[in-house]
Amino acid sequence: MIKLLLKNFKERVIYCLIIFSTLVTVGILLWIFVFIVKNGIMHLNLKFLLSNYSGDETGIFPMIINTLIVIVSTIIIAVPIGVSTAIYLTEYGENGRIILVVRFAVELLAGIPSIIYGLFGMVLFVTILNFNWSILSGTLTLSIMILPVIIRTTEEALISVPKEYREGSLSLGVSKIRTIIKVVIPSAKAGILTGIILAMGRVSGETAAVYLTVGMVPRIAKGFLESGRTLSVHMYLLAKEGISFEEAYATATVLLLITLMLNQIVKVVSRNEGN
Amino acid sequence: MLKMNTEKNTASKNRIIENIFSKFFFLSAIISIMSLVIIIIFVFAKGIPAIMEIGLMDFIFGKLWRPSSNDFGILPMILGSIYATIGALLIGVPIGILTAIYMSEIASKQIRKMIIPMVELLAGIPSVIYGFFGLIVIVPLIDQIAGNGGNSLLAAMIILGIMILPTVINISDTSLRAVPKEYRENSIALGASKMQTIFKVVLPAAKSGVLTAVVLGIGRAIGETMAVILVAGNSPQIPISIFDRFRSMTANIAIEMGYAFGLHQEALFATGVVLFVFIIILNLGLNLFIRKVSD
Repeated sequence: MIKLLLKNFKERVIYCLIIFSTLVTVGILLWIFVFIVKNGIMHLNLKFLLSNYSGDETGIFPMIINTLIVIVSTIIIAVPIGVSTAIYLTEYGENGRIILVVRFAVELLAGIPSIIYGLFGMVLFVTILNFNWSILSGTLTLSIMILPVIIRTTEEALISVPKEYREGSLSLGVSKIRTIIKVVIPSAKAGILTGIILAMGRVSGETAAVYLTVGMVPRIAKGFLESGRTLSVHMYLLAKEGISFEEAYATATVLLLITLMLNQIVKVVSRNEGN
Repeated sequence: MLKMNTEKNTASKNRIIENIFSKFFFLSAIISIMSLVIIIIFVFAKGIPAIMEIGLMDFIFGKLWRPSSNDFGILPMILGSIYATIGALLIGVPIGILTAIYMSEIASKQIRKMIIPMVELLAGIPSVIYGFFGLIVIVPLIDQIAGNGGNSLLAAMIILGIMILPTVINISDTSLRAVPKEYRENSIALGASKMQTIFKVVLPAAKSGVLTAVVLGIGRAIGETMAVILVAGNSPQIPISIFDRFRSMTANIAIEMGYAFGLHQEALFATGVVLFVFIIILNLGLNLFIRKVSD
């Protein structure tokens, strides 16, 4: 009887721990959001969003534009390469050994810390190729960094396309490449899009690698060979130098809203897939 | 005759297009391999000479980091990174696994549907935001308790513990859900309780997934830079207690790279090499383990 009670008691404790852990996870997320948005929303106005960062002005407009430039150019480089890699891995899987090596490389690339990407970009693009701290150096570095995200999500999406689609198309005499472009990729569209959005999130939040390759000039970059500070680097500098906590809260709020927005888009995309 | 010719033409044209595309896909796939190779080459080529000049032992086991007087020992940073990572695991792994257990074994479908986007959001928050949150919330809290200014190993452990949560939860959840339903049903049918079933049957069956989650968590924690810089205090000393300031390997690189040159700069790349070696060993170890388990 006592043993039975004890077992019950022990189980109850474990159950409580499980509930507690879940509450901690959820609670921390809410805490971060509420705390930052509550303190940041007051300073968030059009003037802050749309003015420059020089002299008296403390706006984040240049950082927003630079972040957009970096995101778009990184996506333009990385997506075709990443999607093609995934196509090779799933549709042209005859050469087992190469596939194995590619998979291993992608896995390792995914595990490399962003600061190492930053170091690499600094040696090769900033110094040796003499692109200096610039959008170009950062874009090239980040493109490699987000390849694994795009490859993996695209691969998953391609694998989940039923085999019958391919067989059906091929048996109608459609060539392999047309089957891939006209049948397989359209059916995997939502998954591929999800990967792209996740990659955008990764780029917009990236700090260490950007800091070492794009630099931190708080002006809109007028060309690909110019330096430009992104939002997350701005956030880091505001927090690190303790320049202004008001600005830091407001910038953090903008970054959180971007995260929230991208997450919503992913949700909408994957819901459409279900229909 | 003419028609046959055009058919022949389109066929050969198709073959050419097919060829071009498959070459392009192949080349794209090779880019990942090449990228990995050139990253390793460039980072190592810049870091290894410094290690040779300083001496491997002096570099890795040197306790003094004072670039101005040519002291380049990174033991404090190596230990700092290891301690912070262990702390992050102690905090993040139990909470993460238990949350995953709740999501996959206990929660109703609706509650599960509510928690999943939250975990996704946690994964999407930029690391610099975690650092900022640590700086304005966790650091003052620790200061109140310990009166040490708050920047400390403990602050970094907590922030990193939070940051690895989504990784641990997602992968554990996936592997828990991959355990066949029959395991649970059989265990319950044999008279085991729900908790016994979870901890004695389901969790052991999912162990390789859970271990993967832990290893990826280690990778995330040991490689994190900005969040750690904002809460660690960054003194290059070996931390004796969790309330001490410390500097991670990543912080060492990011903080000093802006103004370093010559041997000092190379020593920072060498710090990157050591970090890289940690990551490679971690990945290889995981690969070997998974292969062993799946055999």
